[in-house]
Amino acid sequence: MLAEIGIDSADELFHDIPRSVRDPKLAVPPPMSEMEVIGHLRDLSERNSDLEHQTSFLGAGWYDHYIPAFVDQLLLRSEFYTAYTPYQPEISQGTLQSIYEFQSMICDLTGLEVANASLYDGGSAVAEAIGLALNATGRTNVVVADTVDPVYRNIAATYMEPLDINLSVVKNWGLDSDGTLRETQHSLIDAIDGETAAVVLQRPNFFGWIEETNDVIKAAKSAGALVIMACEPVALGVLTPPGELGADVAVGELRHLAGPPAFGGPGAGYFAATKSQMRRVPGRIVGRTTDVDGRRGFVLTLQAREQHIRRAKASSNICTNEALVALGATIHLAALGRNGLKRLAELCIGNAHACARRAWPRGYAVAVERPFVREFPLKCPRPAAEINAALREMGVLGGFELGRYWDELTDYLLVAFTERNGPIQQERLIESLQEAV
Amino acid sequence: MKDSRVIHELSSPGRTGVSLPDRDPEAPVSADVIPQSELRSDLPLPEVSEVDVVRHYVGLSQKNFCIDTDMYPLGSCTMKYNPKVNEVAARLTGLASIHPLQDDGQVQGALELLHALERLISGISGFEAISLQPAAGAQGELTGMMIIRAHHLRAGERRGRVLIPNSAHGTNPATASMCGFEAEEISTGSDGELDISSLDAALDDDVAGIMMTVPNTLGIFESRIQEICDLTHAAGGLVYCDGANMNAMLGQVLPAALGIDVMHLNLHKTFSTPHGGGGPGAGALCVTAELEDYLPVPRVVRNEDGSYERSSRFPHSIGRVQGGMGNFGNLVRAYTYIRSLGASGLKEAGEWAVLNANYLRAKLSDVYDLAYDRPCMHEVVFAGLRNHAAGVRTLDVAKRLIDLGFHPPTIYFPLIVHEALMIEPTETESLETLDRFISAMRQIAYEAEHAPKKLADAPTSTPVRRLDEATAARHPDLRWAPKPQD
Repeated sequence: MLAEIGIDSADELFHDIPRSVRDPKLAVPPPMSEMEVIGHLRDLSERNSDLEHQTSFLGAGWYDHYIPAFVDQLLLRSEFYTAYTPYQPEISQGTLQSIYEFQSMICDLTGLEVANASLYDGGSAVAEAIGLALNATGRTNVVVADTVDPVYRNIAATYMEPLDINLSVVKNWGLDSDGTLRETQHSLIDAIDGETAAVVLQRPNFFGWIEETNDVIKAAKSAGALVIMACEPVALGVLTPPGELGADVAVGELRHLAGPPAFGGPGAGYFAATKSQMRRVPGRIVGRTTDVDGRRGFVLTLQAREQHIRRAKASSNICTNEALVALGATIHLAALGRNGLKRLAELCIGNAHACARRAWPRGYAVAVERPFVREFPLKCPRPAAEINAALREMGVLGGFELGRYWDELTDYLLVAFTERNGPIQQERLIESLQEAV
Repeated sequence: MKDSRVIHELSSPGRTGVSLPDRDPEAPVSADVIPQSELRSDLPLPEVSEVDVVRHYVGLSQKNFCIDTDMYPLGSCTMKYNPKVNEVAARLTGLASIHPLQDDGQVQGALELLHALERLISGISGFEAISLQPAAGAQGELTGMMIIRAHHLRAGERRGRVLIPNSAHGTNPATASMCGFEAEEISTGSDGELDISSLDAALDDDVAGIMMTVPNTLGIFESRIQEICDLTHAAGGLVYCDGANMNAMLGQVLPAALGIDVMHLNLHKTFSTPHGGGGPGAGALCVTAELEDYLPVPRVVRNEDGSYERSSRFPHSIGRVQGGMGNFGNLVRAYTYIRSLGASGLKEAGEWAVLNANYLRAKLSDVYDLAYDRPCMHEVVFAGLRNHAAGVRTLDVAKRLIDLGFHPPTIYFPLIVHEALMIEPTETESLETLDRFISAMRQIAYEAEHAPKKLADAPTSTPVRRLDEATAARHPDLRWAPKPQD
């Protein structure tokens, strides 16, 4: 090879690198054999307390669903996971068609007309949706409900910070004298005016309940603002789709349809919008077309929106997205189908509501006045962090400590349910809570 | 012809592909607890069995080309082989089935892994501080440019422009815009390197920084990078480096030693986490000690007693960019890869990546037109065929390559090279594979003169042939609808 290149040593190829910094010593340990490296990883793995060996009621945006075996088996097809962005459509029809199917299912779920191929996660999808609204309206004020996942709000705030955007987080809930959380949507309506580019809502909201959104949406529409709704996809198996409610953009997190939580990543954000926003949608979009012989085929399309064509004027800088996670969600959604997704949602709802109706130990109370879906705030007799610490000793993850985001909710746990939280797990939770006091 | 029906067309009423547990008969249903007005009337998802689903998606997979099929020399994407052990590691229950909101005490192994990976990447890049939070390269860029902005603001300066070479990836100018900067293009000199005089002319106290790509997208190492950094620093600007091409520098140079201030690495490229048909990727953002305060939160902190915690106590941080601690599953794969190769393996990878690209350069430059006639780094860029007489375009070369069993290189990028063919073989291709690729490329050059129809008709071996992209964009059909769309 060296002779063919016309050099005496490979070192000659690196002559453009300044001599003084060439050939550094790497602060990296020596190589490990496959046996050794997997042993080391197993050791790290075993130092974590995983969800499989505990009874978990932890959700708050990341849900622990059972994923059918075929989902991962299919994702492990080399042709899916070791390909890249389908730049050459003739040899990427598998990826392209699966994205088209994904877009179709996201449109079905959300009741909107256009969906992209995915974004990084639910949080960045909220940020990108706000970006779309700023672009569409030419305005700079954004109203975000306090009941939107604080992680999503934080990511959106990071994205907006450089852009001189006025992002107001509006508190749309309060505590009754008995400690029940109630909603105060009028505060959102009051915050909307002719300068508002977008209103961001979550359904079900971070506390798990379904907000009364009709009047908020009406106010947004009459002010000329866009409505952005973050919607959890399993709940959409039964809930009215955001498009029908009047949302202009719907976004959300799909990770829990594709695999275990993986410590929060890779996730996948979905992004759907009305047809009138089609050319402002960020990221890859696949369209159906035909080949020179008239056969059906699929291609990346509307690329004039994207960074590799539009550069500084692109709708977003996103390039690589979360295709494989979105494929996992596609496969799972296809298998669940019309009846299965509804049944899955009903299992979550049934478990949450059956548990809520149980006799709670003294001092605990389900603290929500609105209809909820699969998650509810539970008021505890002591700081929730203390309760949780005691529960962990019993192998139970009691839920998310709301005091981590809201000081006035130090005594509250946000308890989440999936199909894995049936009567046996519920009894275990109640007993453990009793013992924790 | 293979079936091209979408999954919805396989639907048969009443079928489902999953077996769910029975409902608790005591439990209420949605109609009992949620007002009717909040419930949907129908959900038009497909109705298919498990077998239908499996056959459908296996069938789709068979229409894809992938690294495990054969050489995939897509320039700037570093399509190296993805070791299978990485997949086993990422699926270990204790690494896969953990929740991002679990208590720190329950995830010490995961936090230790993150901390160790930060230190490894620091060792490979030379930068003191690392964030593993960005979900992909473009998000790493965004995070990095936010940090540059925050640095200037803290010094009381509101700088408005960012300089970007005209050879840059499109993400660079798009990122600058998302960060509120105006992107200004700097030209490339006749040697394929940044034109220093244009840089000099553009630098002033309104310039926040420059976004370099090293080696650049022409596959050329910017030999004056230290001077570029010095000039930019002298004007009060910072130097960002797009690390998409880090594979060429692995073990050969620590980028921080060149004077760069901020750099992202694409872990899915350099550290072999699979590309997944377009993601997920993973970015790692590397910064000098001076910029550490601005890194995203939460960060992993090692306590004196050897335990780890996630901390957000960094008041100058730009905030959070991703929902967890980054694309953890991919970080596990990258960690596994780095530990497998070790220092010597990484160094060798960098050397072979560059050697392989130069071998292709040497063996193809008599029939393909070198964009810049000088040794390259990890990738070589040709300006199409040498013989233009036949009128054969790069697109035809690419499509014919498909029929000969290879994934085409990146084409028509960088934009400054006419008819660009950007070839990145990576270190994992053997001499025999490179020779097969060379002979295919030479065959195409021959056919361009003697059988141009073969190129114009290509590909013919694929499930579909060339597709009508113009109609797809003009009359967008972006979702399946049971009835024909208007």
